[in-house]
Amino acid sequence: MAQYLNIITPIQISGPAEEGMPLPRGDSPRAGKPSFVRLFGMIGNAQIGPIYLGFLGTLSLVFGFIGFEIIGLNMFASVGWNPIQFVRQLFWLGLEPPPAKYGLKVLPPLAEGGWWLIAGFFLTLSVILWWVRVYRRAKQLELGTHVAWAFASAIWLFLVLGFIRPLLMGNFSEAVPFGIFPHLDWTAALSIRYGNLYYNPFHCLSIVFLYGSVLLFAMHGATILAVGKYGGERELEQITDRGTASERAALFWRWTMGFNATMESVHRWAWWFAILTPLTGGIGILLTGTVVDNWYLWGVNHGLVSPLPTMWPGVVDPAL
Amino acid sequence: MKLWIPFASSAGALLVIASFVGAGWDAPPVDTQQIGYRGTGMYHHMDMETEKALKAANVAPEPPWAPDPSGDKAGKIYQNVQVLKDLSDDQFNQFMASITAWVAPEAGCNYCHNPENMASDEIYQKVVARRMIQMTQAINVDWKKHVAETGVTCYTCHRGKGVPAQVWSASLAPKPAGNMTQDRGGQNVVAKLAGNTSLPQNALMDYLLGDKPIRVDSTTALPTGKNPAGTKETERTWSLMIHISESLGVNCVTCHNSRAFYDWDQSPPQRVTAWHGIRMVRNLNVNYLTGLSPIFPANRKGPEGDVFKVGCATCHNGVQKPLYGVSMLKDYVDALGKKGSTDVPDYKTYQPGKTQVMGQVVGQSALPAIPGTFEVASPLKTPETGKVAD
Repeated sequence: MAQYLNIITPIQISGPAEEGMPLPRGDSPRAGKPSFVRLFGMIGNAQIGPIYLGFLGTLSLVFGFIGFEIIGLNMFASVGWNPIQFVRQLFWLGLEPPPAKYGLKVLPPLAEGGWWLIAGFFLTLSVILWWVRVYRRAKQLELGTHVAWAFASAIWLFLVLGFIRPLLMGNFSEAVPFGIFPHLDWTAALSIRYGNLYYNPFHCLSIVFLYGSVLLFAMHGATILAVGKYGGERELEQITDRGTASERAALFWRWTMGFNATMESVHRWAWWFAILTPLTGGIGILLTGTVVDNWYLWGVNHGLVSPLPTMWPGVVDPAL
Repeated sequence: MKLWIPFASSAGALLVIASFVGAGWDAPPVDTQQIGYRGTGMYHHMDMETEKALKAANVAPEPPWAPDPSGDKAGKIYQNVQVLKDLSDDQFNQFMASITAWVAPEAGCNYCHNPENMASDEIYQKVVARRMIQMTQAINVDWKKHVAETGVTCYTCHRGKGVPAQVWSASLAPKPAGNMTQDRGGQNVVAKLAGNTSLPQNALMDYLLGDKPIRVDSTTALPTGKNPAGTKETERTWSLMIHISESLGVNCVTCHNSRAFYDWDQSPPQRVTAWHGIRMVRNLNVNYLTGLSPIFPANRKGPEGDVFKVGCATCHNGVQKPLYGVSMLKDYVDALGKKGSTDVPDYKTYQPGKTQVMGQVVGQSALPAIPGTFEVASPLKTPETGKVAD
């Protein structure tokens, strides 16, 4: 009966492992003997591996590990190599970019942001190599490169925050620190310093696409699960050979909101919403401090800010 | 398969664990008061249990008796009275009884005085107390824009303790390993003075002792290149703001319309009071507390060797108006509501256990020369003989 209405997938396929197509000459062999994990099968495919790493994937992992270690060891050092403090304060610890006095100096002293630059360099390298790998694997499987471009959108925001905007500002001190709370504090501090990102229209767009992505994901996931009992999860087949699942799903949305996406177009909606979230967000960050210095005042000039009645007429800046 | 049972129960267990582990939960009821224009989100939230505890912990004590202001002045009757010499005998003794209850209720008079010679300055606490009385007078006279007519007394900070509970000093702990590892720029550990955030640890050093610029926002929409502040400076300012907020038990919107933090035209009047408060505290730390550095022994200094300093919490103790706005000063106007001598002696010359008179006694013969027999090594050892001279 209503099996697809569950959180977990109750049906698991067991059989010979899927090895995939043979690789062309020059590619490294896939690593690992495939195995089956029942627990994984409840949320995805039970088959684990083989994985294709190749030299791009391997280098990416190595560089990523170097960056991760630089950050972690510097966090550890920042509490004097005290293991108890390292665990207790882990969420507070971070790796700070150089102070403003060093500007765009390529390698300031290691103690004062040098490590931050080195860690950032390795992480960037790691992420870009992973992107090339995603692109090349897609090509090799004769897929579209949609995943790579979606990933590129996230990399764009990452690079704007940590590299491109600091370059335009002429100062690495404007970049994000590494660390759980430190990067969150930075985010709020950026908004306060540049007059409230709430009034940055690209920030607005990014939020629209972010929340929109969530909404689309929920609508699409719910729709497919709801028509699962009619084979609705076979979406690709339903695109070309519309069955009762597809028709019922379409009817449901036409009845409830007068319009429906199709089995194919809903994925374009989701893909564009996801891509546009970091894309617009990155533009908003790029403009902050470089083109606009106070978003609230910019909003006042452009009719974004609702006027308020004067509540406290006696209040005057005491420094004047 | 009834697989939803383990899922649901583990989710429930996680929630229960999280609710115990998660720090700072405020159980309902919460009282909410609107303090700004509708739609601006300017509300003051008060957890009723916290509020009840604060109310109980912040009660102004009554004065021991109403003193008679007539009669000879203390400066005439007692030796080595430098700051309070214009009080009457009864006022002087009433104030001494009060300050004992406020600052050293257990140690009594001997906390500051050698019972054999109440006039001597050989106990360092007496020298500190005199300076602190000058400080309290200065607050009540010069900083009315912050303390208004409510004013402050010793009790506002001390609350029955020799060292007020909420003081601060430089903090580097936990110390970074040094060498070529990052120095973490004075942040990214639990900042006790900034509400346990990972914001800069020593922002109070910059703003409540030093006078680094607090304002970071630009007042033009487009960049002019004239604002040197970046996000790092903003984090410092923010750390100070969190200190204020935590010290007073209030939120950002008590002083700011958070849509434009910098804009005075949209700010509640409390922001002006706070502005003067920041300057007042800075003045106290620079002129009074650090000035006493040579007097304080090492055990009355912070881990980095600097004297304890005042912050917003020192007086406020978690309440927007210290002691809920009850004026203790009205009962001590002659002692603390006007300035006595504002002379500052050279504290470097002070020798604990030896110095008989720290400072100059104006309009009175100085303390008569007392032979060396008077050098008591540990005057605090004889509390029985230290009868209160009231």
